[in-house]
Amino acid sequence: MSELRLTVRQVWYTNTAFWRNPASAGFTFAFPLMFLVIFTTLLGNGRAAIPGTTMTVPQSTFYVASMAAFSVITACYTNIAMSVTFQRDAGILKRIRGTPLPSRTYLAGRVLHATLVGIVLVALTAAFGHIAYGATIPAGATLARFVVTLLVGAGSFAAIALAVTSIVPNADAAPAIVNFSIMPLLFLSDVFIPLGRHPAAWVDLLGKVFPVRHFVQAMQAAFLGTPFAWSDVAVVAAWGLGGLVLASRLFSWEPRR
Amino acid sequence: MDERVIEVRGLRRSYGDLEALKGIDLHVDRGEVFAMLGPNGAGKTTTAEILEGYRSRTAGDVRVLGFDPAAGERELRRRVGIVLQSTGVDPFLTVLETVQMYAGYYDRPRDADEVIDLVGLAEKRNARVRRLSGGQQRRLDVAIALAGDPEMLFLDEPTTGFDPSARRNAWQIVKDLAALGKTVFLTTHFMDEAQYLADRVAVIARGEIVAEGPPGTLAGREQMQARIHFRMPDEAAPPEALAATRLEDGRWEVRADDPTGPLHELTGWALETGIGLDGLEVLLPTLEDVYLDLTGAQVGAE
Repeated sequence: MSELRLTVRQVWYTNTAFWRNPASAGFTFAFPLMFLVIFTTLLGNGRAAIPGTTMTVPQSTFYVASMAAFSVITACYTNIAMSVTFQRDAGILKRIRGTPLPSRTYLAGRVLHATLVGIVLVALTAAFGHIAYGATIPAGATLARFVVTLLVGAGSFAAIALAVTSIVPNADAAPAIVNFSIMPLLFLSDVFIPLGRHPAAWVDLLGKVFPVRHFVQAMQAAFLGTPFAWSDVAVVAAWGLGGLVLASRLFSWEPRR
Repeated sequence: MDERVIEVRGLRRSYGDLEALKGIDLHVDRGEVFAMLGPNGAGKTTTAEILEGYRSRTAGDVRVLGFDPAAGERELRRRVGIVLQSTGVDPFLTVLETVQMYAGYYDRPRDADEVIDLVGLAEKRNARVRRLSGGQQRRLDVAIALAGDPEMLFLDEPTTGFDPSARRNAWQIVKDLAALGKTVFLTTHFMDEAQYLADRVAVIARGEIVAEGPPGTLAGREQMQARIHFRMPDEAAPPEALAATRLEDGRWEVRADDPTGPLHELTGWALETGIGLDGLEVLLPTLEDVYLDLTGAQVGAE
């Protein structure tokens, strides 16, 4: 069987198993929409200033862009880091390693599945945001840039997740470590709370160093008409490549003792 | 000359200062069921995982089907099936889906339904893996290992944690595999398992192979002496020629490579003198005696 077919098969089996765990699948899908409703209800009346610009946007549509970015991060970073750690500790990865299936095919299957989940989540968020809050749906050249951003983001956050599994000692510790690594950035990167026109210098610095704010800025450009910079996509991709290099060296197929 | 499926020479493995394997030599021929028998921590799993390609070695030559397992060649993984002590499968897939998924990794897989029948999971074909009992999951492990129709199988402690009837079933599966001409390398700490299943047994203790051979010769007279036990009235003593010794429980014991002669002498003497031999028994050494003797001697030597 060709590697492409094997990868597609892997996606199919991953997807079958994913939907048969309704608690896990349900929450993955519920989170971004739930947060979208909560944030827009609590904070959605005013206008949000976009850092580094003189623009303001309605807070409701601001959150459509934010939650679209959050969807990708949830599906590709949080979900992969936790589920792969679980699979490692359950001995699933070790068994796979003893078969002729190339390791990269197995991981590609998982990353591809997570990307598809992320795309569906973004589409749901955008559709809901369009209907409920009149958010703009990207079209034309904006759509093309948006798709590139989405795919680069999905792949990069998945790669970082695979690298992170190498510092997670066991499945029990995974939720704590994974959330600790991503939650502060979600608060400080213009995702959960608008940063306003002039964020504090250290917040600004964190946003420039880590990939989350760059990714959010690129997603905002698609939904909010804010300036788009390829450099944002490039920073996300650089993090993704770094994650891939680290993962290829440090990734463990056996439970860590 | 038989075809060597596994050939190991001078295998060593150290973890820091600890020498887990101190230079192991072994070989397994095609179609053979080979058991590595030893207590926990003796080095069985380390040896198996080196042969399976999961672990690196410190020194020595290892060949499995002509390949060095440390090289991680896909061709080798196509031809062996591995049942590890603790591995998992996705709990949300069914038995059939799981076996089909693994079968799809091989060029010439066996029919998934056939493999499921072979391990006795036909009734659970469409059950989700998470609903299986521990014993059924273990059988699924074997089914997955067989999915690619491998030439040889590694079974690492295949019946640990089984109840007696599940154990019998597992043994039957191994016997069936042997009948199909598969080469089997199994590790176990159960003497009866090695005795029942294996064509050849290597006893490992503290990282060294301390005995090796067919179970019959391992338990044979060249390794240990037979024992004759009996009771006699306190005032009587057996003929001096028998060199009998008194055990703690008051019984007498005669040891001999071949018990036929001493037994004849003893019973003849008893008939002549009219002294009764209560509880007369002849104990041939079992694999267990050999095993305890060998591994116990190792403990004593430390």
